[in-house]
Amino acid sequence: MEREVESMREYYDSGKTKEASWRASQLEGLRAFLTDQQHDIFHALMQDLGKHHLESFRDEIGTLIKSLNFALKHLKQWMSPGKAELPRIALLTSAEIVAEPLGLVLIMSSWNFPFGLSLEPLIGAVAAGNTVVLKPSELSSASASLLASALPNYLDNKAIKVIQGRPEVAEQLLFQKWDKIFFTGSPRVGRIVMSAAAKHLTPVTLELGGKCPAVVDSLSSSWDREVAAKRIIVGKFGACAGQACIAIDYILVGKEFASTLVELIKVWIKKMFGEKPSESNTIARIINKQHFFRLKNLLSDPKVKESVIYGGSMDEEHLFIEPTILVDPPLEAAIMSEEIFGPLLPIVTLEKIEDSIKFINSRPKPLALYVFTKNQSLQGRMVSETSSGSVTFNDAILQYAADSLPFGGVGESGFGNYHGKFSFDTFSHQKGVLRRSFLTDFWFRYPPWTTTKFQELEASYNYDYLGLLLVLLGLKTSPKRL
Amino acid sequence: MSSNESKKVFDEGAALLLVDELRGIFASGTTRSYEWRVSQLKALSKLVDDREQQIIEALRSDLCKPPLETVAYEIAMLKNSCRVALKELKHWMKPEKVKTSMTTFPSSAEIVSEPLGVVLIISAWNYPFLLSLDPVIGAIAAGNTVVLKPSEIAPATSSLLAKLLEEYMDNSSIKVVEGAVDETSALLQQKWDKIFYTGNGRVGRIVMAAAAKHLTPVVLELGGKSPVVVDSDINLRVAARRIIAGKWGCNNGQACISPDYILTTKDFAPKLIDALKTELGKFYGENPLESKDLSRIVNMNHFARLRKLLEDDKVAGKIVYGGEKDESKLRIAPTILLDAPRNSLIMKEEIFGPLLPIITVNKLEESFDVINSGTKPLAAYLFTNNKKLREQFVTTVSAGGLVVNDTTVHLATHTLPFGGVGDSGMGSYHGKFSFEAFSHKKAVLYRGFKADASVRYPPYTKTKLRLLKALIGGSILGIIRAIFGWS
Repeated sequence: MEREVESMREYYDSGKTKEASWRASQLEGLRAFLTDQQHDIFHALMQDLGKHHLESFRDEIGTLIKSLNFALKHLKQWMSPGKAELPRIALLTSAEIVAEPLGLVLIMSSWNFPFGLSLEPLIGAVAAGNTVVLKPSELSSASASLLASALPNYLDNKAIKVIQGRPEVAEQLLFQKWDKIFFTGSPRVGRIVMSAAAKHLTPVTLELGGKCPAVVDSLSSSWDREVAAKRIIVGKFGACAGQACIAIDYILVGKEFASTLVELIKVWIKKMFGEKPSESNTIARIINKQHFFRLKNLLSDPKVKESVIYGGSMDEEHLFIEPTILVDPPLEAAIMSEEIFGPLLPIVTLEKIEDSIKFINSRPKPLALYVFTKNQSLQGRMVSETSSGSVTFNDAILQYAADSLPFGGVGESGFGNYHGKFSFDTFSHQKGVLRRSFLTDFWFRYPPWTTTKFQELEASYNYDYLGLLLVLLGLKTSPKRL
Repeated sequence: MSSNESKKVFDEGAALLLVDELRGIFASGTTRSYEWRVSQLKALSKLVDDREQQIIEALRSDLCKPPLETVAYEIAMLKNSCRVALKELKHWMKPEKVKTSMTTFPSSAEIVSEPLGVVLIISAWNYPFLLSLDPVIGAIAAGNTVVLKPSEIAPATSSLLAKLLEEYMDNSSIKVVEGAVDETSALLQQKWDKIFYTGNGRVGRIVMAAAAKHLTPVVLELGGKSPVVVDSDINLRVAARRIIAGKWGCNNGQACISPDYILTTKDFAPKLIDALKTELGKFYGENPLESKDLSRIVNMNHFARLRKLLEDDKVAGKIVYGGEKDESKLRIAPTILLDAPRNSLIMKEEIFGPLLPIITVNKLEESFDVINSGTKPLAAYLFTNNKKLREQFVTTVSAGGLVVNDTTVHLATHTLPFGGVGDSGMGSYHGKFSFEAFSHKKAVLYRGFKADASVRYPPYTKTKLRLLKALIGGSILGIIRAIFGWS
């Protein structure tokens, strides 16, 4: 493995990956992969997660193509240096910020959106001119295999390599010295990654998770209520069966509105997924037995079981769990303290909807906060009084597709961000460059130090041009002593 | 205000209490208001203004720093940072509206900057005032509560900071913890929302490893060997003066962006050395060891370290200027060496002192390879009038920041991000970058209920797939075609 890493560094040093044409060619290669191999990708995702191909297109392939088009469109602009303003006293000086690639980067992705979470960061890394090692999760093995076998046919494989394997391989990779590590996954492994990175002073971006709450205010219009219910359902059950870092984890709703909401959700679950969701193929499966049992266990506590008011059936053989709704499970239960990452939806009722602010703030900062309300004052309070990676009003998950918004966490949900230009920036070093002329010089920079020089320096630091002139003309003295 | 109680040990328990207390203050919202931030920035500016003499004295005590250096690099820069922050704060705090596209239509979006919460700033000993308060300015401007841990190696400044911050600032939100390894370790065990560290790579690794346990993001401002490449066709006198100002004029070489070593052609080296000798004589006189215009070495530890660099017999013979030392006064005179061997200690470690090795190459372009063969430095400098060489430098040399035809001045340019890359660090600050270093950029997306594209929802049909593809493609025509089933 060291040899592979070495050879990639040498390739990077050759300067090839810095060329704009190389970067564009790689982005085009990725786009070709996604269009040509669409059926194979659908097939892999069906195998790994039972994802319907529309879900695969909507959440992974489609979003990636959008990001690729965006990157190709803006690449030149991103690569061009940004001028930095200077004060007038800095005559004949120019300043700019030049973006340069970091070098050799490691991307570790997770199993729930194996293509999306591998390739979205890859887009940024390549656009920024780096060489990349991609380590997809072994849990989504069909997808990992497809990436490993197909990508070399579309990309420059001296610069971009896919390394498959179990956690031991990931450990070995973490021993190496990288110029950046981009990790998507759980906080537990995030700590391991950052500790390993610390040994080499490698900067990291950690895209973690958390319990993303959806606060639902009472909505008066029936159209609004239906739309809210549909969006909540897709934001929970429609996104990889709830196995998504930005899936709605639980709902907070006022006692008065709760039953209305619950009924609406039940109705629309049936409309969207049919009477027998396990046969409709519109809900993804649980990734493996380990997670299946983890989710099953969340319902084992009798008090939690009592709170189940819809669904609950589980098919171990097919790793299928029906959309399940709980109302007011005990707050100390695991289902209310751990990230659920599955199709179980607790609904917590509150006296008044404003209590949700305190509820959210007493828990770790989530990756996303969803608020369904038309009340502008509540909207304002939510933004200014809570902290989360992002806030989305009246919808869920969609913020993932916005190229102009940074996507990342805060606190326990991670740090760093990407998407759009943020992807390019996350894999770049912003290098300040100052160009001076020999012609202008500030004599008062140089010793021997005298009181006069002191005054001149002071005036120049305060951009006090008149003051400087007066001192130069001997018309102004400072009361200071050295 | 001062108490006569015996000094309590600042252990993990005390650190935990401190962080809890600050979390409570932060949760109360005090530090988030524009008014609070402005009041603190103004208080800091006043502190620096009122107590200039005391600051100069503290630095004289810790480093024998010439007063003008203190004023220019510590005080003036801090005042400027406060001024910039006060001027720009409203603008920085304002949410940034961003464009939204077809994929989220109809929607509006903005990016809201919010404070991270409770931050820890650990500073260094060489610019103990500046490197403590400049990050504090950023933390305050961004609305956080702060714990500052100044370096114990500059004790006069450390205790002055503790005293002055208590006197001038809101000390329920801004605290100073003095101490050494034990106190720092106690602090690092806690969960912070951000840690900002200035210092060396060894401790930087320890800080990041401690931060990893709590998933705390860090800024590490480290160091490295900042090279100066000197071309022949230049204004030699000005170049020499600027090199001297950046090396010995910056705390006698004890600065993270001080020119560490020079690279020039074999032919040009003698001319450069002569110019440096001439200007050094003008700056510091016949007896530089006695000059009041040079800082001393900070302590015996570093003095011994620097002495060791010169004791290597392969190096001692390469001294072409200076080399005098006075252990009792912890002073080392400006020293220039010519062609010390590349594998000697002085060419492998960051010097951080008044020793300037000059390495010669046959062709100047080779110097870029020399630089790139080492770890990425915090700064790199080039003196040239050759446009092509200049552009090659900018594109091939990777460093925190670059300056052409001068040294160190980018530190004072608040519109440039100041920070390292690779071994010289991660993250940056100054100006707006300071505000961003201590903020979380929260994405906010506003959607309405009116337009609802059922295309996203199950049951999934072929039409929906066509429509989705068209939506992603973003073209109106494509969408129309999809709706009518023509694609």
